[in-house]
Amino acid sequence: MTATLSEPAAVGEVPTFDVTLRIRRFTPETHGDEAYWQEFTIQAHGTDRLLDALHKAKWDVDGSLSFRRSCAHGVCGSDAMRINGRNRLACKTLLKDLDPEKPITVEPIKGLPVIKDLIVDMEPFFASYREIMPFLVSESQKPTKERLQSAEQRERFDDTTKCILCAACTSSCPVFWTDGQYFGPAAIVNAHRFIFDSRDDAGAQRLEILNDKEGVWRCRTIFNCTEACPRGIEVTKAIQEVKRAMVTRAY
Amino acid sequence: MQIHQYDVVIVGAGGAGMRAALESSSRVRTAVISKLYPTRSHTGAAQGGMCAALANVEEDNWEWHTFDTVKGGDYLVDQDAAEIMAKEAIQAVIDLEHMGLPFNRTPEGKIDQRRFGGHTAEHGKAPVRRACYAADRTGHMILQTLYQQCVARDVEFFNEFYVLDVLLDTDLRDGTVADGEEVAVSGVVAYDLATGETHVFQAKSVVFATGGAGRIFKTTSNAHTLTGDGMALALRAGLPLEDMEFFQFHPTGLAGLGILLSEAARGEGAILRNSEGERFMERYAPTIKDLAPRDMVARAMANEVREGRGCGPHKDYVLLDLTHLEPAHIDAKLPDITEFARTYLGVEPYTEPVPVYPTAHYAMGGIPTDIDARALRNNTDVVHGLFAAGETACVSVHGANRLGTNSLLDINVFGKRAGIAAAAYAATAEFVPLPESPADAVVEQLEAIRSRASGERVAELRAALQQTMDANAQVFRTNESLTQALADVKALQARYADVHVQDKSRQFNLDLLEAVELGFLLDLAEVVVTGALAREESRGGHFREDFPSRDDEKFMRHTMAYRHGDTVTLDYKPVVVTRYEPMERKY
Ligand SMILES: Cc1cc2nc3c(=O)[nH]c(=O)nc-3n(C[C@H](O)[C@H](O)[C@H](O)COP(=O)(O)OP(=O)(O)OC[C@H]3O[C@@H](n4cnc5c(N)ncnc54)[C@H](O)[C@@H]3O)c2cc1C
Ligand code: FES
Repeated sequence: MTATLSEPAAVGEVPTFDVTLRIRRFTPETHGDEAYWQEFTIQAHGTDRLLDALHKAKWDVDGSLSFRRSCAHGVCGSDAMRINGRNRLACKTLLKDLDPEKPITVEPIKGLPVIKDLIVDMEPFFASYREIMPFLVSESQKPTKERLQSAEQRERFDDTTKCILCAACTSSCPVFWTDGQYFGPAAIVNAHRFIFDSRDDAGAQRLEILNDKEGVWRCRTIFNCTEACPRGIEVTKAIQEVKRAMVTRAY
Repeated sequence: MQIHQYDVVIVGAGGAGMRAALESSSRVRTAVISKLYPTRSHTGAAQGGMCAALANVEEDNWEWHTFDTVKGGDYLVDQDAAEIMAKEAIQAVIDLEHMGLPFNRTPEGKIDQRRFGGHTAEHGKAPVRRACYAADRTGHMILQTLYQQCVARDVEFFNEFYVLDVLLDTDLRDGTVADGEEVAVSGVVAYDLATGETHVFQAKSVVFATGGAGRIFKTTSNAHTLTGDGMALALRAGLPLEDMEFFQFHPTGLAGLGILLSEAARGEGAILRNSEGERFMERYAPTIKDLAPRDMVARAMANEVREGRGCGPHKDYVLLDLTHLEPAHIDAKLPDITEFARTYLGVEPYTEPVPVYPTAHYAMGGIPTDIDARALRNNTDVVHGLFAAGETACVSVHGANRLGTNSLLDINVFGKRAGIAAAAYAATAEFVPLPESPADAVVEQLEAIRSRASGERVAELRAALQQTMDANAQVFRTNESLTQALADVKALQARYADVHVQDKSRQFNLDLLEAVELGFLLDLAEVVVTGALAREESRGGHFREDFPSRDDEKFMRHTMAYRHGDTVTLDYKPVVVTRYEPMERKY
C-alpha cells in the first residue's frame, strides 16, 4: 500500500520503491456492467513513468488490463487518463512526482464513453475536431515556391500548433462533462491554429461555426484545460482570443 | 467476417501512408487501414527536420544532396533512387507548405533551413543548411498537416484495425515459383481491435506503409507499436527483405531511456564530451566533428565508453553539452527535446550537460521496391498491385546509413509516388479473386494464442529478445556475438510456439495483439542477425569488429533475405551506381 524507499541508493543510482496503483476497471465481457477498482502493487525505479507502472501491472500481473499507448514520451497523445483526479499523460507523469506514499488512482478520462478499462470511445472527440475545418483553406493562387510568412506571423499561432489531440483538455472541462455537444477546448484550439494563420482564408467560416450555441460561448473560463494540457498550450487564452476575434472581426 | 472492396488499400497512416492516401484518394476509391489513430503514428515523434536543397539561406543544389546521401549511405545506396529523392525533395517541401505546414521562417519570410549531420556543400567541403524545420517538432507538423488534408478530402480510414495477412494469388512461401512468373496481390486481412472481428479487404492495389521495427532492440527511440508488421507479413508471404542488417543507432538517446534528442541539437551547436570534458569527435571526424554521420558518431561514443572515458557512476554514457548556447536560442529552436531532458532525467540543459547514449532508431532495410514503390519478389519481378513506402520499404535511398532528415523526405517523396502508382495501376487492373476462406489463417493463429490455457508469457520473451539484440547486435558486432544472438532468437522462437495471453476477451484485446507483434519482432530479428553474420565487412550502421573495413569487392551489394519454410536464406542484389564511384568515407 505504502511506498517505502527500499534502501538508500548508492551515489548516482536510481532508488527502487514499491508503489500501489488503484485502477478503475471496466471489463463488461468478463465482470459485468459495473466498473470496479483493482489495486496492483509493483516495484518501480526512480525514473519510471506511470506508463511503466501500468506496463508492469499488465505484463507481470494481469494481461487483461487495457489502455492505449504508443510513443511513451508525450508526443502521440494516446494515453491521457485521470491520475489522482487530474488529466495527464501516463507517459509524461513520473511516479516520483506523485505522492508515492498513497495509492495512485488511475481512471479513464471523463465525458467520453468508456469501452474497456482506461480506453474510451474517442470518436465524439474527433467528430468535433473535424467540424471546425481543421485544415488550411487558401483561395489565393498557389505560388510555385512557398508562400511567404514572416517570423512574427508564424509566431502568432505557434502555441496552438502543438496540440497532439490527446483530449486531456476537453475531458477535463466541466462544461463538456454536462454537455457532450459542446465543441470542447481541443476543437477550439485547432480552430485557433488556422484562424490566426496569415495564410488562411476561412477564419470567418470557422468563427461562424464556433459562434453556435455549442461553441466558444459555452466556455466558462475555468482553466481546467490549460492546467491539463501536457503540451503546455495556453488553452484558455486561445479560447479567449477566438472569442475576441468573434467580436472584433466582421465576418 | 466482413468483406470490403476498394481500388486501393493503404496499410498505415503515418507520413508515408497519408501522403500516399492524398494522391490515391483523389483518383480512385481508397481506404486507409491503421492500427493506430493516424495522428498517433510515430512520424509525429520526428524532431529535427526534412531536407531539400531549396538554397533559401545559402548556396545548395540537389546534386550535392544526392552525393551526400550516397556517401552517407556508405555507397550501398541505389543512386538512381537517391537522385530522384533529392530532386523531388524541393517540390515535396513546397507541397507541405502549400498544405499549411507551419515551417520556421527566415527574416525574408521564406522557409528557414539548418544544418544536419552529413549534409554538405560541394561534396563534403563544409556543412550546409539544408534541413527545413518547424522548431524540433517537424514530424508532428508533417503528421498533423497530412491528417488535416485527409480530413479536408474526406479520406476513408479504418482506425485501430491491424492488418495481419497479405493475400497473393500465388503461394510464394516455399520459394519454388520461377522468376518471371506473374504474381498479383488480391487484398489484406485485418483485425478490428474494438470488436475482435476479422475483415477482408479486397483491393487491386495494396500499399504497405507500416513504419519501422525498432522494438527488436531494448534501447530505442521507436514507439512500442513499431514492431515491423509490414516487413514481417511480406517475409511470411515469401517476399524478400532487403538490407535488414543495417539498423541505425542514433547517437543521442537519453541515457538509459532511449528517448531521442534530435541531431538538430548538434546542428544548432551542441557538443559531445567525454568524462575528461574533451570534444572527442575532433579525433574521429576532424572536418565536421559532431556533425559526422550517425554511424560514426554512435561508434565514437561507444568507443569512448569502452575505453573508460564514459561519464556517470557506471561510466556508461557521454554528455551532450548545450550550456554554451543562449537559453532563448534553445527555447526557440529546441524546446521539446530540452523539455524531454528535464522531464525524464531531471537535467536542466541550460546549465547542465545531458547524459546520452546511442539508441536504436531507424531500419534502413525493408520491403524491396523500385522507384515507383512497387514491391519486388526477387531481384527483378514486381508483385502486381503491391507497393511499399516509408520506413517499411527499402528503395534503397539510405543504403547502409540514413542521413538525418532524409526519412521525412523519403516518406513524402516515395509516399506520393506510391499513391500515384497504386492508383494508376488500380485504374486499369481487375480485382484478383480472393482465395477461398481468406481469413482462416489469421483466425486460426489468433485463436491458438487466445485459447491456450497456459504457456510462455509475451513480456518475458520480448524482454529476452531485446536484451540479446542490445547485447549482441548493436553498435559493435562480431561473429561470436551474432552467433549468440541467432541462437537466442531461435530459442525464443521455439518458446514462442507456446505463447499464451491472459486476456481472453474480444474487445480491445491488446494482450493478444502484443503477442502477435512479438511474433513479427522475432521473425525480423532473425533476418537482421542472419544478414549481419553473413556480411563480413563493416559498412555504415553495420560494424563488425572482426571485419573492420568495407569490402566493396565482396559486399557492395544488397542483401535479399527470404524465409522459405523455417529457414532464412540469403541472396544478393547489385547496387545501382550512376555517377559516384565508391570512395573512402572521411569527414
Ligand atoms: C524520435 C524520432 C525522431 C525522428 N526524427 C527525424 C527527423 O528529424 N527527420 C527525419 O527525416 N526522420 C526522422 N525520424 C525518422 C522518421 O520519423 C520515420 O522514419 C518516419 O516518420 C516513418 O514514417 P512511416 O510513415 O514510414 O511510418 P509511421 O509514421 O511509423 O507510421 C506507421 C503506420 O503504420 C501503421 N501500422 C503499423 N503496423 C500496422 C498493421 N499491422 N496494421 C495496420 N496498420 C499498421 C501504424 O498505425 C502507423 O499509422 C525520426 C524517428 C524517430 C523515432
Ligand atoms: S504514449 Fe504517446 S503520448 Fe503517451
